[in-house]
Amino acid sequence: MRGVGRRILITGIASFWGGRIAQALESHPDVEVIVGLDSDAPVVALERTEFVRADETYSILARLVTATQVDTVVHAGMIVDSTRGGDRRIHELNTIGTLNLLAAVGAAGSPVRSLIVKSSTLVYGAGPKDPYWFSEKTPRVAPARTRVERSLLEVESYLNAFVEDNRQVRTVTLRFASVLGADIDTPLGRALTLPLAPRIAGFDPQIQFVAQDDVVRALVFAVEQENLSGIFNVAGAGRIPWSEVLALAGKAPFLLPPFATGLALAPLSRIGLGMAPEIIDLLRYGRGVDTRKLLRAGFSYTHSSLSALQEFVEGRRLKAVVGEIVPTYRYEADVEAFFRHSPAVVTPN
Amino acid sequence: MPQGRSIEQTTHGALLPLRPAANPPEPEPDGRVTDIDQWGRSAKARALIARLYGPLYKHWFRAEWEGLEKIPAVGGALLVANHAGAIPVDAPLIMHGIEQELDRPVYGLADYFFRGFPGVGTAWARGGGVTAHPDNAYRLLHDEGQLALVFPEGTKATGKVYSQRYKLRRFGRGGFVDIAMRAGVPIVPIVVIGSEEAMPMLAKSATLARLLGVPYVPLTANMLLLGPLGLLGYFPAKIRFRVLDPITFDVPPDQERYPRSQVFDEAEKIRQAMQVEIYDLLRHRRSVWFG
Repeated sequence: MRGVGRRILITGIASFWGGRIAQALESHPDVEVIVGLDSDAPVVALERTEFVRADETYSILARLVTATQVDTVVHAGMIVDSTRGGDRRIHELNTIGTLNLLAAVGAAGSPVRSLIVKSSTLVYGAGPKDPYWFSEKTPRVAPARTRVERSLLEVESYLNAFVEDNRQVRTVTLRFASVLGADIDTPLGRALTLPLAPRIAGFDPQIQFVAQDDVVRALVFAVEQENLSGIFNVAGAGRIPWSEVLALAGKAPFLLPPFATGLALAPLSRIGLGMAPEIIDLLRYGRGVDTRKLLRAGFSYTHSSLSALQEFVEGRRLKAVVGEIVPTYRYEADVEAFFRHSPAVVTPN
Repeated sequence: MPQGRSIEQTTHGALLPLRPAANPPEPEPDGRVTDIDQWGRSAKARALIARLYGPLYKHWFRAEWEGLEKIPAVGGALLVANHAGAIPVDAPLIMHGIEQELDRPVYGLADYFFRGFPGVGTAWARGGGVTAHPDNAYRLLHDEGQLALVFPEGTKATGKVYSQRYKLRRFGRGGFVDIAMRAGVPIVPIVVIGSEEAMPMLAKSATLARLLGVPYVPLTANMLLLGPLGLLGYFPAKIRFRVLDPITFDVPPDQERYPRSQVFDEAEKIRQAMQVEIYDLLRHRRSVWFG
């Protein structure tokens, strides 16, 4: 009894992004089925998404894909922030998880026709020899030192091979710049919520942001556009010097020494004020990406780097007065199952 | 800023308000608090530098130009010049000169080396310095139609000792020709004399350079006279610039790559033309100090 609508599987449903994409797709009339996969329960309320609990490496994916006959997989579960897990977890989730996913999607008889991967501009690194705007084709210059960067590079190289071997699957890789949003905890957002914001003495890098809404919109765009394939940078227009970011956010700088910065940060991370190591290079050299490829494909942004920052700052101001405005949601398996499957629930036609 | 996001929309983790897209990339200025552009250059910083540099340019070096009209008043062009002096004075002088005389910004493409130094990198960027990456050069020249200045000899030229003065080094791998071809812009060669005598390098230490991770550690005549201050104190040599005829290439722009041989030939032709002009200027120079 399969209908004609799209059947979509989302990995990392418990992450902010997974949940938000599911919410956005739920309101889509063309989307018939949404299956969410994660090792943890969702953190946002979902109407009709079916949640499946998996281990971190998504080993049940092959079975799940066959059983649900999904035509689209949105891989939103990768860790792009070192503070979200140790090296082990990053390796399991990003590298091994993606390998399992690619195996399932590329298996003989697989029903999947579209694969959307949420990657990060961390794949470009940040260093003194970098161009100011990386295009999707510009090779990385700086060596990858952190586990999260290495895992993303591994994932993208597996993806390249996957694309070559599986021409029947439309593969879209979206590389997102530093995300800012009032509702999401990101490395730079965290840096801007501390009483003093970190700044490396003598460096004033140009930073490019992408607003949280544009992240979800870009992922939904990639799901919708059935002719879109390839690698795309996603970031707001323009770059802002970090000193100006601090000025706009009304933060005084906490100056870090330009040499042995990591060493100076070690005691801070002991007391929970650590910064992800991949951020240190970013705060030294900055990073920019050329976003024209996605614009040419027809995507339009609601935010530039500047307006993403402004919205973030406004959101912080509101939070400072009224506290968290999004009440915490708790996933209860039997409640969710009741609403989805009980014959007592009347579904409007 | 997009309007109309109400608090109701974000409570109870409700559907994300997927707003219709605003008009694509909004123009930046409103809301910004500095005038730092996308390359890190600041017009205000430039004006400050001009105030400090003006007297040096005018009275100390008494810079003089020939053929300034050959630099295009609009559109992109790659300015190519010879490089000299342990701490080269030619780059800031050319940038200052063209900005003053033609009222056009000049972006100086240079080795990434500066960017890694605290303070130096930032100041350099504010003044119009840009890391010499092909992507950067292409964007400046092709997409933005700016003037970009490049020294194809690189640190091989500034790191040469006084006895080698005015002998042009190899022009890198000809990357500057490749970029100009790709961007479809002319190359405008500029030759400079006087820069070698402003800070002559007598000797250099390869060991110290390796230890410090810099291209060379110079011992300059200025340092002998002034001590470490000599790194900043230039001799008042008369500086002359001559702009040569712009060179356009008869190739289609935006090609994946251009024939290596053609790129090398063109680079070598430009190098020889510049060398000839340098000798010509030197032939007519009566005095290092008075021109």
